[in-house]
Amino acid sequence: MSTRQTIRLTVNGKSYEREVEARLTLADFLRHELHLGGTHVGCEHGICGACTILIDGRSARACLTLAVQADGADIITVEGLRNRETGQLHPIQQAFVDAHGLQCGFCTPGFIMTTLELLGENPDPSDEEIKEALGGNLCRCTGYQSILDSVRLAARRLQSASAA
Amino acid sequence: MKPAPFDYHAPTSLADAVALLARLDGDGCDAKILAGGQSLMPMLAMRVARPDALVDLARVPGLDAIRLQDGHIAIGAMASKRAAELSELVREKQPLFHAATRLVGHQQIRNRGSVGGSFAHSDPASEYPAVALVLDMQMVAADPDGERVIPADEFFVTYMTTALEPGEILTEVRMPVLPTGSGWAIQEITRRNGDLALAGVALTLRLEAGRCTDARIAAFGVDATAVRLTAAEEALRGAVPNGESFARAGATAAAALADPMSCIHASADYRRHLVGTLIERALAEAAARAH
Ligand SMILES: Cc1cc2nc3c(=O)[nH]c(=O)nc-3n(C[C@H](O)[C@H](O)[C@H](O)COP(=O)(O)OP(=O)(O)OC[C@H]3O[C@@H](n4cnc5c(N)ncnc54)[C@H](O)[C@@H]3O)c2cc1C
Ligand code: FES
Ligand code: FES
Repeated sequence: MSTRQTIRLTVNGKSYEREVEARLTLADFLRHELHLGGTHVGCEHGICGACTILIDGRSARACLTLAVQADGADIITVEGLRNRETGQLHPIQQAFVDAHGLQCGFCTPGFIMTTLELLGENPDPSDEEIKEALGGNLCRCTGYQSILDSVRLAARRLQSASAA
Repeated sequence: MKPAPFDYHAPTSLADAVALLARLDGDGCDAKILAGGQSLMPMLAMRVARPDALVDLARVPGLDAIRLQDGHIAIGAMASKRAAELSELVREKQPLFHAATRLVGHQQIRNRGSVGGSFAHSDPASEYPAVALVLDMQMVAADPDGERVIPADEFFVTYMTTALEPGEILTEVRMPVLPTGSGWAIQEITRRNGDLALAGVALTLRLEAGRCTDARIAAFGVDATAVRLTAAEEALRGAVPNGESFARAGATAAAALADPMSCIHASADYRRHLVGTLIERALAEAAARAH
C-alpha cells in the first residue's frame, strides 16, 4: 500500500484509468485530472452541495469522497446530462434556464444533480418533497424561489414527455 | 482545506481488516477506519484528524446487511443510512429508528454515510446515540480476538468518544423490535432542514388502562453525549397522559439538565428551553401512537 493508487472508473459513460494520490478528493479529481469543471467546490466540507454528483446512481458530495473510493464506480457529473447526439440540454437543465433557476450559476450543477436523483425516484414530488430534497444545497444568491419553480417545471416536462 | 497525505488500504475481508488494524497499530502507525467519510473527510480536510493511514471498510463483504434475527433488528455497520431509511423491515418494526434516520443530514449524506459511522463518530448532536439509549441498543465490535457486545449505556463515553478500543471495528448494531402498544417520537430543532440539531429528544411511551406505565427519554445536542432523562421518565410513571403531565415531564427534564452546551447558535438557556418544549410535543405525538 502507498499514498498513490491506481483507480478505474466510468465518468459520464467514458472509462478512465488514472494513478491518484489517496488524499485527492473526487471533486478535485474531476476538476483537475479530468477537466470537468462543472462540479463546483464551495465549502469543501459537505455543507453547500455545490459538488453534488451521482455515484452509482445516487447523489453524493464529491468533496466528501476520495477519488480512491470511486474505484470501480459509475459517475455522472453535470457535463454528462447534455444529449451527446443532439447537443440538446437535459430537460432539467432547460427548465433551470427557462424558469431562471440559475442566477450566478455556481450552485446550479449541484441543484441539477440533486433534482436528477429526486425526479428519477419521484416523478411528481410535492413542494414539501422538493424542498426537503433541495435542503442540502445552498445558493449564495438565495434564488430559491426560481430554483423551486425550475424543479416543478422540469417535473411537468419530464412527465408529459414520458406520457407522450 | 486538503487532507494531509496518508496511506490507503482497502481490505476485502473482516479478518484482513482487523489483522491490518492490529499490525498498523503494532507498527506505531496511527490508522483510522474510513466508512462513508461524511464526518471523517471534513476532519481530514480541516486537519483536525491527521492519520498516517486509512482503512476503508467499503470492500469488506457482509457488513451492510439489514436483517431480523432472534427478535431484534440487526443492521450491519456499513449499511448506508439511505438503506436503513428505505428498509421496510426497519420502518415497520422499529419506526423510531426509521424516523431518526430520516433526520440525519441530507439525502446526499445519507446515501454515503454508514449507520455504524454515526455510532462510532458519536457526535453529541447526532440523533442515533439518543435513540440507542432509548431503545437499549447493543453494539457489536470485532478485533483479532473475536467479538464483544457493548450495551448502548456503556458505549457513548463523552464528546465523540465511544467505548470502542483502537483497532476495534464496529460490525453491527442491534435493536429490539418496538413492542406493540408503544408510542414513540423524535423531535429536533435545526437551523436548516437536515443539519445537526441544536437540541432534540427521542422517546418511547407505554400506556396501560389510561396511565403511563413506562417512558424512556433521551436528549441530544445538549451535552457531551446523548443523555437519558430519568427524572422526566419518573415524573411520568403512573401519570394520566395529558397536556398537564407532559408539560410537567418537560419542565422536570429541563430543570434536571445540569449544564447544557452553549454556542454561538444557541445559549445553554435556549437549549434547556428547547428540551422541555420538545419533550412536551414528543410525548403528545407518542401518546397518539401508543395504541
Ligand atoms: C452536511 C452534513 C450534515 C450532517 N447532518 C447530520 C445529522 O443531522 N445527524 C447526524 O447524526 N449526523 C449528521 N452528519 C454526519 C453524517 O451522518 C456522517 O455520515 C456520520 O456521522 C459518519 O458516518 P460515516 O459512515 O460517514 O463515517 P466516517 O466519516 O467514515 O467515520 C466517522 C468516524 O467513525 C469511525 N468509524 C466509522 N465506521 C467505523 C466502524 N465500523 N468501526 C469503528 N469505527 C468506525 C471513523 O474512523 C471516524 O472516526 C452530517 C454530515 C454532513 C456532512
Ligand atoms: S463543496 Fe462539497 S458540499 Fe460544499
Ligand atoms: S446561482 Fe449563484 S450561488 Fe446559486
